Amino acid sequence: MEDIFKTYLTKMVHNGLIDGGNALLGLADAKLDWSHPDDPACETLAPLFDHLNINTLIFAKPAEPYWTIIDYLAQNAVGPITPNDCETRTFLHDLPVADNLTAEALIPILRHRKSAIVRNYGIVTYGTVSLEQPFVTFSSVCFACFVKFFSDFLLESKSGSLDDNKRKIFESVTAMLPEPIQTRPPELARGPFTNEKDLLHAICQAGKQVVDLGLVDSSFGNISYCANDILYISQTGSFLDDLADCIDPCPLDGSSCAGITASSELSAHMGIIKQTDCRAILHGHPKFSVILSMDCDVECCEHRGSCHKFCPYDRNVCAIPVVSGEVGTGPYGLCHNVPKALHDRPGVIVYGHGVFTTAATDFNQALHKLIDIESQCRIEYFKKTLKG
Amino acid sequence: MHLAYYEKTTDAAQQRIWTFYEAIKSELKRITLMFGWHGNILRIDLNRKSFEFDTPDPGLYHKFIGGRGLAGYFLKNQITLSYNDPDMPVLFFTGPLVNTQSPTSGRMTIMSRSPLTGTIGDSSVGGSFGTMLKKTGFDGIIITGCSDQLCGIEIFDDKIRFVSATALAGQTVSELNRMLKDKGATAVIGPAAENGVRYSNIMIDGHYTAGRMGLGLNLATKNIKYITVKGTGKTPVADPVGLKTADKDIFRLVSASPALMGDHGISRFGTGALYDLMDARHMMPTHNFRKTRFEHAAALNAPAFHKRFMPKSTGCHGCHIRCKKISSDGRPLPEFESMSHFSALIGNPDMETVMAANQFCNDHGMDTISAASTLACYFELTGKHPATENIMALLSDIVFQKGIGEQLGQGSAQFAQNFGFPETAMTVKRLELPGYDPRGAYGMALAYSVASRGGCHLRAYPVSHEILRKPVPTDRFTFTGKAKIIKLQEDVNAMADSLTVCKFIFFAASIEEYANVYSAVTGLKISGQELMKIGERICYQERIMNAKNGFTAKDDDLPKRFFEQPESCTDTNAPKPINREDFLKARAAYYVVRGLDEDGMPTKEKAEALGLI
Repeated sequence: MEDIFKTYLTKMVHNGLIDGGNALLGLADAKLDWSHPDDPACETLAPLFDHLNINTLIFAKPAEPYWTIIDYLAQNAVGPITPNDCETRTFLHDLPVADNLTAEALIPILRHRKSAIVRNYGIVTYGTVSLEQPFVTFSSVCFACFVKFFSDFLLESKSGSLDDNKRKIFESVTAMLPEPIQTRPPELARGPFTNEKDLLHAICQAGKQVVDLGLVDSSFGNISYCANDILYISQTGSFLDDLADCIDPCPLDGSSCAGITASSELSAHMGIIKQTDCRAILHGHPKFSVILSMDCDVECCEHRGSCHKFCPYDRNVCAIPVVSGEVGTGPYGLCHNVPKALHDRPGVIVYGHGVFTTAATDFNQALHKLIDIESQCRIEYFKKTLKG
Repeated sequence: MHLAYYEKTTDAAQQRIWTFYEAIKSELKRITLMFGWHGNILRIDLNRKSFEFDTPDPGLYHKFIGGRGLAGYFLKNQITLSYNDPDMPVLFFTGPLVNTQSPTSGRMTIMSRSPLTGTIGDSSVGGSFGTMLKKTGFDGIIITGCSDQLCGIEIFDDKIRFVSATALAGQTVSELNRMLKDKGATAVIGPAAENGVRYSNIMIDGHYTAGRMGLGLNLATKNIKYITVKGTGKTPVADPVGLKTADKDIFRLVSASPALMGDHGISRFGTGALYDLMDARHMMPTHNFRKTRFEHAAALNAPAFHKRFMPKSTGCHGCHIRCKKISSDGRPLPEFESMSHFSALIGNPDMETVMAANQFCNDHGMDTISAASTLACYFELTGKHPATENIMALLSDIVFQKGIGEQLGQGSAQFAQNFGFPETAMTVKRLELPGYDPRGAYGMALAYSVASRGGCHLRAYPVSHEILRKPVPTDRFTFTGKAKIIKLQEDVNAMADSLTVCKFIFFAASIEEYANVYSAVTGLKISGQELMKIGERICYQERIMNAKNGFTAKDDDLPKRFFEQPESCTDTNAPKPINREDFLKARAAYYVVRGLDEDGMPTKEKAEALGLI
């Protein structure tokens, strides 16, 4: 059990979600085990396993700047926090807030939702299968709150409705943001790749680089490379920084269904490969690109509120097209809009979701484009708030 | 076709008054208390050719929901009777979401005691029967007694007719459905059931199978050849706007699911989409589970079937996933289990034989998994070659109980025992195992062993996380943590079978989203966690019923082959035998989390805590 706890604690630290070891993990089979059995919170949280049908739990105070943001949103929330990003809309629905770190306060909330933000304490999340569920949920809550805080600030800044407290929090959070990526990262493997071993290595290397650079958390993206009429793509629910054995070969001629476990964005990747000249595709959810994609100046738009499904305008952020689209293949699936938007453009941002970039031979250029788009969006964001 | 029919024999005037009174009572209850359910259950007594309406307390619906849960409640007092005792009921139950706009809710449960396993025998089945039944104003049907001659039961709203079906004896499913096509949804049996095959099915609308448990034989012992149902009513929904919102959340998640709606998902290819993956993961049961990969798999996968048979998609009533595939010549494409077992399990490389065997079983009302598995056992024991003509001739012999077919029709456990090699039957509790080799997924191993209806993949469906990576991936080669995972997933699936919705949608949505659907339909505010608690009650009720029939820990076990026999090939990636000690530890852990004693028996304390005593 200790190995399992260590794996997820390491992942949380590596993704900047917690400060070293500062999380309590619980896993129940026939008996309940804790990562830190001496933590007084064990006694508080153990009843959750008795009263809820769960087998895993994570309780942690997120690392900065997440915690300042989350606690600010929680302290000011009347009812659940309702971010508008894709992760929340699709998987979390909303983020309920608890007043106390007690079983009595948490159980009614966790009966309905996968997470609870506890004012002054942190985040509690659970799973019914493995620790991966609360880990992914924890990461998603941090991401969603970050996006909401900065989106709200920009909106209020533009409308002139900011209060002093929020400005102060904003300044404090901004000071804690990691430095932007200013230098080119170490070179990735050079393509084109024709044999499977080389291209699998290149995919794993690029995926890890994206996470190591802090561009995205490990569960927020997917990656593919096409060679010999086979698209090799990361599996659904895989971690970008740990892709060994998590890449599916999908023949372009559709002669195999082995890709049934491929990323939910397989259709978009296939469309890009078929409609452009690229071989390498990177998709991630860098925060400022997502935030700016939701900043629209059109007033009185009849489609407001459903921008993730449809937008009648040709929108651009930092000269990068912004398109609507939901996860996967539904009628509003991003697979319908992303491939054609990528023609002759360095990348495309999906509204409230993330960025796709491509390259002709290997992942170097795709990664550089991803970095550049996020850097430009970050600069543009702060320009806009200053103007506001 | 000309069908003679006879009305029921009770006093007609008295019956009409009573029926009117019941209808008023039922309508009052519906208006004041019930959304989602009608509050009416149809009880049919074949001994007297009579029927009556039962209006259970709403609390019973809240406690067991519908489908598998409610059917189990009405079965429990008769569960120790033999499957062919006239008092043994056959139950058809829908759930509160059926005949509403709830996603994938066009399903129902059929239940009785299984002639094959002796356990409770239930099957969740699609098609339009569940929806039509709900449209008649009934939540379920309970059939007891035995007709003195082969009969049909025809239901049109609240009118019930008993019809002689003696002229239909021996008719195949497709022939019968052609004759009944104007009578609404159909549930029929084929010659396999009439001839006593213990794994015979009830076929819904000609193509949808209430399979695995031998429920066709349950109907045959009551002398029922068919049931038709046609209704015109609506199901009241408490909060239509809330339902629309809840539906949207689920549709969004379904769109995001590669396994359901992806380029290689089951919406496009049917459940056959799993074929490549099972082979690639060394989980394809091959040559009666003596190997885990099939050398001809690439030529027999779902894309190959689609290329050859150019199917169109169809599906259960109200489902947008539409996983059922019908070939251009009108034959159903085999589901994954049938594809796998009629090819790899019996060592057959011929695609047309897979199609023909599947079609033959469906048309004669016989379970494909058990039929193929019994053939695989036969081929192993006799050393005979599974050529096309052998396969089709043997299937025919089983259906018509000729020669060796008479023994094979009793299932592989009985056949292997008769042959003197019981260990060659790949069964749990006498139910033949489906298309996932448990050596490649330890959660599956545990789930097979403890499933209340025997070697069933659907009770906990660990393939979802061990193979399809949903909701998150788990390590398929460890038992660590699996006991509680299996227990929790059993609870969720018991709930799915009771609502009644398709389990496949839980590749994408969770019980959290379905709680919102349930609340909107019924008006009862409830959380996903509370629904899971009801699922736990339903599972425990089934353990109690099995315990009454003598099932203990010794029955919660896998065939020895999985613990002892290394695969007979040189592939270094082939899975190793399961460590028996680890398996037994995991099973003991399951008993703890399920609240059973060390012998897998239910306890009074737990039963009380779950409101079952």
